[in-house]
Amino acid sequence: MLDVIRDVQSETGSVSEEAIVQIAAAMNVSQVDVEGVVTFYHFFSKSPVGKYSVYLNNSAVSFMKGCAAIAKAFEQEAGCAFGKTTADGNIGLFYTSCIGMNDQEPAAIINDVVFTNLTVEKVKEIVAGMKAGKSAKDLVKQFGDGQNQSELVKSMVNNNIHKKGLVLFAPFEAGSAVKKVATMTPDAVVEEMKVSNVRGRGGAGFPTGMKWDFTRKSEGPKRYIVCNADEGEPGTFKDRVILTEMPQMLFEGMAVGGYAIGADEGLLYLRAEYMYLKNYLENVLEKMRKNNQLGKDIAGKKGFNFDIKIQMGAGAYVCGEESALIESAEGKRGQPRNRPPFPAQVGFMGKPTSVNNVETFCCAARIVLEGGAWFAAMGTLQSKGTKLLSVSGDCKKPGIYEIEFGTTVKTLLEECGAMDAVAVQIGGPSGTCIGKKDFGRRICYDDLATGGSIIVMGPKTDILQVVHNFMEFFVEESCGWCVPCRAGNKILTERLEKIMHGKGSATDLTELESWCAIVKSMSRCGLGQTSPNPILTTIQNFRELYEAKIQKGKDYVSEFDFAAAVKESCAVANRKPLSEGH
Amino acid sequence: MADITLTIDGKTCKAKPGQSIVDAAKENGIYIPVLCNYEGLKPAGTCRICTVRVGGRFMAACTTPVGEGMIVESGTPDIEDMRKAIVEMLFVEGNHMCPCCEKSGNCELQALGYRYQMLVPRFPYLWPASQVDASTPKIFLDKNRCVQCLRCVRGAVTPDGKHVFGLLNRGDRTAIAIDHALASKMTDEMAQKAMDSCPVGAILRKEVGYVVPIGMRKFDSKPIGSDIGQ
Ligand SMILES: Cc1cc2nc3c(=O)[nH]c(=O)nc-3n(C[C@H](O)[C@H](O)[C@H](O)COP(=O)(O)O)c2cc1C
Ligand code: SF4
Ligand code: SF4
Ligand code: SF4
Repeated sequence: MLDVIRDVQSETGSVSEEAIVQIAAAMNVSQVDVEGVVTFYHFFSKSPVGKYSVYLNNSAVSFMKGCAAIAKAFEQEAGCAFGKTTADGNIGLFYTSCIGMNDQEPAAIINDVVFTNLTVEKVKEIVAGMKAGKSAKDLVKQFGDGQNQSELVKSMVNNNIHKKGLVLFAPFEAGSAVKKVATMTPDAVVEEMKVSNVRGRGGAGFPTGMKWDFTRKSEGPKRYIVCNADEGEPGTFKDRVILTEMPQMLFEGMAVGGYAIGADEGLLYLRAEYMYLKNYLENVLEKMRKNNQLGKDIAGKKGFNFDIKIQMGAGAYVCGEESALIESAEGKRGQPRNRPPFPAQVGFMGKPTSVNNVETFCCAARIVLEGGAWFAAMGTLQSKGTKLLSVSGDCKKPGIYEIEFGTTVKTLLEECGAMDAVAVQIGGPSGTCIGKKDFGRRICYDDLATGGSIIVMGPKTDILQVVHNFMEFFVEESCGWCVPCRAGNKILTERLEKIMHGKGSATDLTELESWCAIVKSMSRCGLGQTSPNPILTTIQNFRELYEAKIQKGKDYVSEFDFAAAVKESCAVANRKPLSEGH
Repeated sequence: MADITLTIDGKTCKAKPGQSIVDAAKENGIYIPVLCNYEGLKPAGTCRICTVRVGGRFMAACTTPVGEGMIVESGTPDIEDMRKAIVEMLFVEGNHMCPCCEKSGNCELQALGYRYQMLVPRFPYLWPASQVDASTPKIFLDKNRCVQCLRCVRGAVTPDGKHVFGLLNRGDRTAIAIDHALASKMTDEMAQKAMDSCPVGAILRKEVGYVVPIGMRKFDSKPIGSDIGQ
């Protein structure tokens, strides 16, 4: 259903009531179900989004890099406010959550084309081009590095790979991993994964060998391999670079997984923001089919059948959660499922499914080639191998770093040119915000875990603003299923605002902390279970910032702002506030 | 299959394999509060009020099956306080004016508010701008009072498997909605069933009201859960 809705959206600029009626009839579901899907995803809209729909990234890093000025420039040039379309329906301006370009912000997506490192000048050119009716693709003037220049991508996105390691960015010979795996038994593949001790790179860090073992042992005539390329955690963009530079290795890794668990179909769930890579990736798949690296009897081995389909997302962070991703891939609202059962038992289309991150599959391909022991020789006790980090924020060299697990934050900060860092957000908003005293800690599952996002904050960045931005992100991206996350994050955000506006007391701060614990404990999935982290970890590590904002010696401060209320009511009644003259 | 033995708040309980913790507790005379759970419907786990702690981890007792030797903590002061917080969140997340609500006395949210002795929610009111959808022939859908338990979504399904109710939007804007095409064919029985299953006053039948007078309603004299035990 997602594909159908996406087609309607991109062809007509909206999914109207009539379209919903038609889709419902065609799919034999109720209209409210179709409307439920349309209204769930950020890139679907019931009202027209313009012939050109500009989605400007409003992530914290985007604001550090001047998003506000860019937004203003768009509004001025286009002649409409954000959240609206121009009167002639030509241009629509919208904000969107992190689009995976944090190392080249401010960035925006216009009709699936990515525009990075925006300046006011560039905005003027872009809007002029849109007014002149040029296609979004033609507005891209120069292209990025590496495969971003290739015929099928032609994008201004940059890879910014600053450090290559032995696993991800070492040379990879096309076809080598499937050839090697074809000489092994599925048992041996799983065993090798276990020996390597590789843990999932998507954030949760579950041992991949074990996951594959469970999935393989689940009863059923059919199983699936699903690659999680939703990459929605703000500040993460490493999967984008893998997809751009190492798609062959990724797809072979998926085939390895398929071989190991006994799946002949794989799905790449690609976030909508990376639509610009779709044709390019399809082309890689096509070539692999021709070269007997996908399809039937792969690498000449009878019965080694595996093929991969690409499923596009439609703008929802929560769809990175594996069971929500499966729901979404089945064409529904991206709401996580209750577990048990786990996807390894009941997954895509009700079949046992292993969902793994892009980077995890690449590790698998490398492990098959080099052996589990080789892999396990790198890293720390509980975190083997290397990790791709997406570094952004206040540093000289934002981009991709392949580090060995166990590297300290300090070393990383030296490498990326961020010696004046005051705080570092490890693992994105759902991770931890640490201060200087913790810069000696190591990046690994045993200490500071991360799915890849590292956001550096320098002395000029307002940390509480960043926290607020993260909380707004969670309010927006919660799937809305369960109470503590749906209502709780909104409540936490409001209380945070109260404190930030100087209307908080010590009681407010204590309450805020205890409410965070409630949201974490009671929420259904990883989103709500981690969403209070921005507040909690900053209260822990930067308590003085909160202390400075609260009114000392008072138990209670009303959040009611009399002056503001008078102003508001006067505006409504079209009167002049009396108090102004006094 | 053989019975499973588990303990809930120190009490040894017998349960059937596959049974949820909530159901097992109920059979053993232990009340775990629920709001979204409803007999005959697949558990959804939306309200989280039945959250218990097993092995240090929190989980919803309605969606978690019992396991042999499980040690479940349910009525501890910290868990009970978080359950109360959920009730309070629901009150601030919607617009509830009990004295003028047809469901008052039959309302499970209100009953939980009493059970947890909620005087005033600890959270600030969010005052959402919600609407009443009175456009269908048989029912009023008052979104101000909806707790998004999804009982109606799960329960009201046409013979050919279509949902009469569904969720729209996401995040804090998530809201219940009714399918207008299907609602126009709703019978009185279906409407009554939907109203009865709704724990709050979000689904009300048109043309009938206050059939059971205030004072003689479900929770007017007996607190919610008192039929099960402590
Ligand atoms: C809210 C939320 C968002 C997530 N987003 C992603 C994501 O974008 N990419 C990803 O690989 N895993 C994401 N995960 C983790 C997945 O649920 C899952 O653990 C992962 O895909 C498993 O792959 P791995 O074992 O290779 O890490 C997310 C989890 C949650 C709770
Ligand atoms: S925690 Fe948030 S995202 Fe997860 S199920 Fe609950 S509402 Fe949805
Ligand atoms: S639905 Fe329940 S809690 Fe809400 S107003 Fe009615 S009686 Fe009160
Ligand atoms: S309308 Fe009633 S039954 Fe339906 S979700 Fe809302 S509260 Fe639950």
